[in-house]
Amino acid sequence: MSLIDLANPTRFLALTARVLPWLAAITTVLLAIGLYQAAMAPDDYQQGATVKIMFIHVPNAWLSMFVWGIMSVEALGTLVWRHPLADVAAKAAAPLGAAFTFLALVTGSLWGRPMWGTYWEWDARLTSVLILFLMYLGIMALWRAVEDPSRAARAAAILTLVGAINIPIIKFSVDWWNTLHQGASVIRAGGPSMDRAFLVPLLIMAVAFSLLFLTLHLAAMRNEVLRRRVRTLQMMQASRQAA
Amino acid sequence: MTSLAALIRRDIVVALRAGGGAMIGVLFFVSVVVVMPFALGPDLALLKRIGPAILWLGAMLASLLTLDRLFTADQEDGSLDLIVMSRTPLELSCAAKALAHWLAAGVPLIVATPLIGILLNLDATATFAVALTLLVGTPALTFTGMIGAALAVTLRRGGLLLAVVVLPLSIPVLIFGVAASNAAVEGAMPFGTPFSILCALSLVSLVVGPFAAAASLRHGLD
Repeated sequence: MSLIDLANPTRFLALTARVLPWLAAITTVLLAIGLYQAAMAPDDYQQGATVKIMFIHVPNAWLSMFVWGIMSVEALGTLVWRHPLADVAAKAAAPLGAAFTFLALVTGSLWGRPMWGTYWEWDARLTSVLILFLMYLGIMALWRAVEDPSRAARAAAILTLVGAINIPIIKFSVDWWNTLHQGASVIRAGGPSMDRAFLVPLLIMAVAFSLLFLTLHLAAMRNEVLRRRVRTLQMMQASRQAA
Repeated sequence: MTSLAALIRRDIVVALRAGGGAMIGVLFFVSVVVVMPFALGPDLALLKRIGPAILWLGAMLASLLTLDRLFTADQEDGSLDLIVMSRTPLELSCAAKALAHWLAAGVPLIVATPLIGILLNLDATATFAVALTLLVGTPALTFTGMIGAALAVTLRRGGLLLAVVVLPLSIPVLIFGVAASNAAVEGAMPFGTPFSILCALSLVSLVVGPFAAAASLRHGLD
């Protein structure tokens, strides 16, 4: 089964209906293992119990950037290959990416309160993630602003690709801006390499969260396909009543 | 080539005539800067320190305000369809329109800078530095903003969406514009580094902007 076969939404629905329960089950098991290991991990000698926020924070932060990469590929799928499911996928990914970015910001801020003594610091990383969050919201606003889904898809695809070019530039500028305004960064550069007791749960959590994204993404794509069908049926019924 | 020149000339003329809106941009720029001291207090030392930042912020907001009309006016009277269908590549037409917009709406901002610099207690060096950074930086604002304008042209209430979409993309220009101006005033930092990066940002947007805007016009108007 290739990507072309999946272009048929009915086939996509049939396939995902079989795959999704398994994916959800694996995700749940991995999340449970990861959370248990994270809870059992020893406290850090400096950060104490707050180090456990990292097990949630790092996977979210990683996904916040990864989802934009996925959306860029889907944008190419919309503009170049005209794949019928690419715009469905891109539309479903944007709120997920925004949610992961938001969670990364919130968990980072909760960690920052006891460790840095403030909920918000205009640190280079925090600032670039905040801008990324704003760009996700911009994409979602664009999706909502256009009624025709295929036209909205192409507009959102162009903005996604422009964002993909701009995000590294923004990241670089914010790093530069930050080093200009402040001395040493709050986050230690380099730092000691991570102990196995922390690394293993973190990797499990990273895989679990990536699978969580995949599960939610496929489910959201199913919802979007069904939503469009319902809308088409409603339109057909309305036009029949009018006639 | 003649068609592009004609397009530029027409856009400038339309922008400068009554109802064009280029001069409203300058007026908005002046108003934003004049309103700032009422919020910050009449502290001349403070205004002198953050003056370049205020001027850059005002210029950015003013360029957002005027960009809204870049394609909508042409769409309303139907000339945008002619531009899209003409034999001239749409990318070049977009670049020409952005250039005309910058000449009509961006250059007046730079001309107004020395006058407003006096109000913010900026000395000659600082005023000159801000004007110079605006001169190389505002094309980046126009050419990046053009992408948002092209995306918003087919929407109702496109203006607000334009601001939401374009503002995050303008952050690098703002950072390096203000940094270069401050470097020229304080002298602690080399002026050349942020200034050359600002030039680079303008050149990149000169390449990316027309292509992205043309693509969104082609996809949005059919």
